[in-house]
Amino acid sequence: MELIHKNLPALIVVLPLCMGLLTSIIGRRGLGWWMAMATTGAVFAMSGQLLWNVMHDGAYQITYQMGSWPAPFGIVYIVDPLNASVLMVVSTIAAVLTLYARKSVASEIQKNRLHFFYALWLFCTTGLLGITITGDAFNLYVLLEISSLSTYTLVALGRARNRRALTAAINYLVLGSIGANFYLLGIAYLYQVTGSLNMADIHHILVNQVFPTWGGDAPQYRTTVIVGFAFMAVGLSLKLALFPLHGWLPNAYTYSPSAVSGLLASTATKVGAYAFIRVIFTIVGVDFAFGLLHTDTALMVSAGAAIIIGAWLALKQTNLKKMLAYSSIGQIGYITLGFSLNNVNGLTASIIHLFNHALTKGSMFMALGVVVYRLGNARITDVRGLGRQLPVTMGVFVVGGLGLIGVPLTAGFISKWYLVTGAIQAGRYEMAAVVLVGSILALMYVWRVVEQIYFGKRDENAPKLREAPLTMLVPMVLLAAASIYFGIDARATSWVSQTAAELLLGVKL
Amino acid sequence: MKDNVLMRVAARWNMPFLIIFALYTQTHGELGPGGGFQAGVMIAAAFIVYGMVFGAADMQRIVPRWLTDILAALGVLIYAGTGIYCLTQGYAFLDYTAIIPSNPGGAEPWGMVSVEWGVGITVASVMMTIFNEITEGTLPGQEHESHDTEMVGKA
Repeated sequence: MELIHKNLPALIVVLPLCMGLLTSIIGRRGLGWWMAMATTGAVFAMSGQLLWNVMHDGAYQITYQMGSWPAPFGIVYIVDPLNASVLMVVSTIAAVLTLYARKSVASEIQKNRLHFFYALWLFCTTGLLGITITGDAFNLYVLLEISSLSTYTLVALGRARNRRALTAAINYLVLGSIGANFYLLGIAYLYQVTGSLNMADIHHILVNQVFPTWGGDAPQYRTTVIVGFAFMAVGLSLKLALFPLHGWLPNAYTYSPSAVSGLLASTATKVGAYAFIRVIFTIVGVDFAFGLLHTDTALMVSAGAAIIIGAWLALKQTNLKKMLAYSSIGQIGYITLGFSLNNVNGLTASIIHLFNHALTKGSMFMALGVVVYRLGNARITDVRGLGRQLPVTMGVFVVGGLGLIGVPLTAGFISKWYLVTGAIQAGRYEMAAVVLVGSILALMYVWRVVEQIYFGKRDENAPKLREAPLTMLVPMVLLAAASIYFGIDARATSWVSQTAAELLLGVKL
Repeated sequence: MKDNVLMRVAARWNMPFLIIFALYTQTHGELGPGGGFQAGVMIAAAFIVYGMVFGAADMQRIVPRWLTDILAALGVLIYAGTGIYCLTQGYAFLDYTAIIPSNPGGAEPWGMVSVEWGVGITVASVMMTIFNEITEGTLPGQEHESHDTEMVGKA
């Protein structure tokens, strides 16, 4: 027990990796699901423990050295309130979705590929957890590739239902690889200047040795650092699907298997956003990114456009999965807007929205997954009049929809409250207005579906549908209930997020 | 290419040398240039050359696909397993001191060798898997296993 406690930061990444490998060897005949379930359950418990430990740690930091090499030379895993909360998001969603995946995936993927599916599922989780926990900029790239490569394959596995999954996966692969390689290139530039790959060490060298020389004898470093940061920013924007770079997202979400859509929407882009926050606040520092380069203005414009245009495009979709995908682009806008405001409330909004949106979107994609499970498709005409036949599923969808709008007593409200407060504090009234307009558009696209669900008439001759199987219902209801719970009692989530935000901005010492 | 004597002889006679040199690179990795990655590629190259000349089906008789699938995973497991072994001995993940606590300097090569074997095995089997995937369906009498006929779900 003591051993596990001491090595939690390493085990949280190594365990799903090893189990994923084992699953690909011995995971046939349904064993794969059990292994995935046990692993994600264990990972959930571990990240809970880590979050607890770090929040009750005086320095708000847990450091773990890989191998016998000390910090700037070897790889260190660092847990602080920010990434502990992101770990929590990833592991919660992974555990809940694994439970959900059993029936859903079995109906959408060939039987002889199921063990590979769960292996990839665990690799994806490994990568996402690793990106979140690592304190090494290059290690982050490696884990980014682990999660991305498995995600491309997971998306492509949707081909049994719709062959367009293949083009979506290729599209995602090309753009995702460009994103990852831009990030790698950026790291290379920074490495050239600082000679270090450790995030904290890069920051330390930049602030103490590189920035002060800019006026004097080493002006050439200036361009190198700026170009390096630009590559990283663009690469990560691609990964997190920030507005003009969101092209891969809608189709990848729409055509992948339902469980994969849920995992992607709730965790993959969130982890991308986390990495972006890390790059800006931990690696290059706010003074450089926002003070010198005015990245915040660019991010705000992108985020504002994402919120409005994402919601507007969502309004026009007839495929509900695609509607949720466009809505996700808008939600990513909220997250980006939050941290570009560069104040405690804005950053808190970002971090808390990572969690709240994961709950909301996760549950909505799961609800649509049930529709796909029963009907084979999820167009807006398919859900017409389903309110009576699938009361629980549709209830979950509506709760999620309310969360997207940001109705009080749902988790979405808490995020938007912080966001609007932050925008007003920063003197960005127009951004506060954008958030409100985005909410109104969200109201419109959610209402459009709700109207069909409860007031539409289902075809008389259409077969009567049964409610989803229990293994799909329970995880869905759990997430929806959590999103309401954290909308009413947000003490825990805002405590963690606010601490993380204060630590990032250096307000809390 | 099977009909060409030159190719046949070259493929057959190069194989032992490729494998021997691969093993040298593998076992010498912690002291000189080389290591698991290069060795793995060379081992795979030996089989792939054979496969290119005599056909992938012949190669798969020697190294069946189920074997490469298992070995690919096994290699990474050896790597991670080394780390976990260190961890269970009370040291950090991949801290090789755990292997011989009384002599950390002497333990380092052992740790590296074991990790490199993991790398070598995985790289070799993944290379062969890639070759198998590329040739799949291009050989006469070996149909691409079709996934599309068995549509699943209620589409």
